[in-house]
Amino acid sequence: MKKSWVAYPYVVWMIMFIVVPLILIIFYGTVRTTPQGMEFTLEHFKRFFEPLYIMVLVRSLYLAFICTIVCLLLGYPVSMILASKEYRDKKILIFLMVIPMWMNFLLRTYAWLTLLEKNGIINTLISFIGLPKMDLLYNQWAVVLGMVYNFLPFMVLPIYSVLIKIDKSIIEAAEDLGANSRTVFRKVIFPLSLPGVVSGITMVFMPAVTTFVISRLLGGGQFLLIGNLIEELFLKSGEWGFGSALSIIMMILILFSMAIMSRYEKENEGGGLL
Amino acid sequence: MKKILSSKLIWVVVAVLAFSIILAGCGQENRVTLKVYNWGEYMDKSVIDDFEKEYGIRVIYTTYATNEDMYVSMKHGGSNYDVAFPSDYMISRMINEDMLHKIDISNIPNYKYIDDTFKNLPFDPDNEYSVPYMWGTLGIVYNKTMVDDPVEGWDILWNEKYSKQILMLDSQRDSIGLTLQMLGYSMNSRNIDELEKAKEKLMEQKSLVLAYVGDEVKDKMVGGEAALAVVWSGDAVAMKWENPDLEYVLPKEGGNLWFDSAVIPKTSQHKEEAELFINYLCETEIALRNTEYIGYSTPHTEAMKMLDEELLSDSTAYPSDEEIADSEVFEDLSDTLDVYNRIWTEIKAK
Repeated sequence: MKKSWVAYPYVVWMIMFIVVPLILIIFYGTVRTTPQGMEFTLEHFKRFFEPLYIMVLVRSLYLAFICTIVCLLLGYPVSMILASKEYRDKKILIFLMVIPMWMNFLLRTYAWLTLLEKNGIINTLISFIGLPKMDLLYNQWAVVLGMVYNFLPFMVLPIYSVLIKIDKSIIEAAEDLGANSRTVFRKVIFPLSLPGVVSGITMVFMPAVTTFVISRLLGGGQFLLIGNLIEELFLKSGEWGFGSALSIIMMILILFSMAIMSRYEKENEGGGLL
Repeated sequence: MKKILSSKLIWVVVAVLAFSIILAGCGQENRVTLKVYNWGEYMDKSVIDDFEKEYGIRVIYTTYATNEDMYVSMKHGGSNYDVAFPSDYMISRMINEDMLHKIDISNIPNYKYIDDTFKNLPFDPDNEYSVPYMWGTLGIVYNKTMVDDPVEGWDILWNEKYSKQILMLDSQRDSIGLTLQMLGYSMNSRNIDELEKAKEKLMEQKSLVLAYVGDEVKDKMVGGEAALAVVWSGDAVAMKWENPDLEYVLPKEGGNLWFDSAVIPKTSQHKEEAELFINYLCETEIALRNTEYIGYSTPHTEAMKMLDEELLSDSTAYPSDEEIADSEVFEDLSDTLDVYNRIWTEIKAK
């Protein structure tokens, strides 16, 4: 009994900072003010289905999807290398991977702003070796780059921590039975690492689909994502009702994809152990 | 069971109380705290330090990027700022919505230094709510080494030759307003057809635009990242200091003439100290320091006399009366605002 008392500050914390705001968002999202007072309405949710807003959502999902794929393609080999025999004792590498995360996310994004400029460092180098300068900033790829850069550690770390825990004797057994290294990877390592991959995907996709700073700074305000839309509705036009409705829709989408992911994760855990 | 339940309850109560004491503790201090809400890069910070030292008042200084940002955080944000610096149309909106205190001019003796042309303006006809802080125009800044066409009107921003070299302001009133003006309509149009035409024009322009920016515009233009940008005159002055290749033009259609003034929101609990602060800003030496620091144009007669000849003769900062004869001042468009919001979202979401 005594132990559970310790949890009360957290319960209070959660009520104040999670439950109450959630109720407020639902309240704002489903209410409209009329001269007679407040009344229940679903008009904010209806408005979301206009092509304009669907397009914004599709763009957010699309960019987040590309970002996740790139992170996976870059992150998996990195995790493999970090977890491999040669490097697993070199904690410094993991440390280097994590260090950028200690610095403020906004600062890191601002840094890209100057790196990618027309007269920035990267373009100066490019023109130094005799190639024409490129438009690196203020396009979709700059946004994707910013996302990948910021979220890559969230892909690497979960995969790494799963890979490092794989029982070496299973791999040895596969090798003893005549599997070459490709087969070992395909049949043993990859299936066993799937839980890490799934949580990596979740941890990259979620922040990528809701980001607004990266698209604002590196996209030059031209790539309105759902996060930007919510920001503008709350901070600029003051349409809290529609902004709240969008936030709710976003939360539902995230919960939905998490549910799919966790089911998938479980299935494969079972499969992996067989 | 009952006992356990009640002791649980006590814990919860204690925790909540502890929280509220911590939260309340932030505001507890003997000195009066003045919350000043201003545009980014719009005041010499040492002026604030000096004010704190002179009057023993603590100042919390925060900034915003657009009038709309400021309005929303005041209207819905539960903030309690004591001094803010909205522009003309926003001042009339805030007056209409009863968000501003009347300023007691007798508490602001330095008001006598404000030039008469900045008094009795339409947004505050009886000078009851606002004290002019800075003023200027909206126009085009361009890099002389990158633009070889004459820059005269807004239409240069639609010239395909400068594709991906144009920076627009991420501010809906300014961007839609200038398009309306280019099409020959009023910047304050409420006409849906006219607004629709402006929207089409801006949609057309989007592929030529490098980015929709805020304060970054200064760094980008100084660094030669773009050829043309829509800017406020004061920013243009500051940019020209840093990069002499830049030139500012007030478009032949007239451009926009604006006034930023100090106001005291109704949420303020320290009206007298706020008036003290506004008065301090109107002291000649302080007004001069701010003007020299930020590069905007001052409505302060004495400070103006002490300014550099060079700056005074620069028509970017101090255009002649003929130059601004066609310039329009923004009006409050609260009733059509959702149309403006919608258009701006559509353009940015395209």
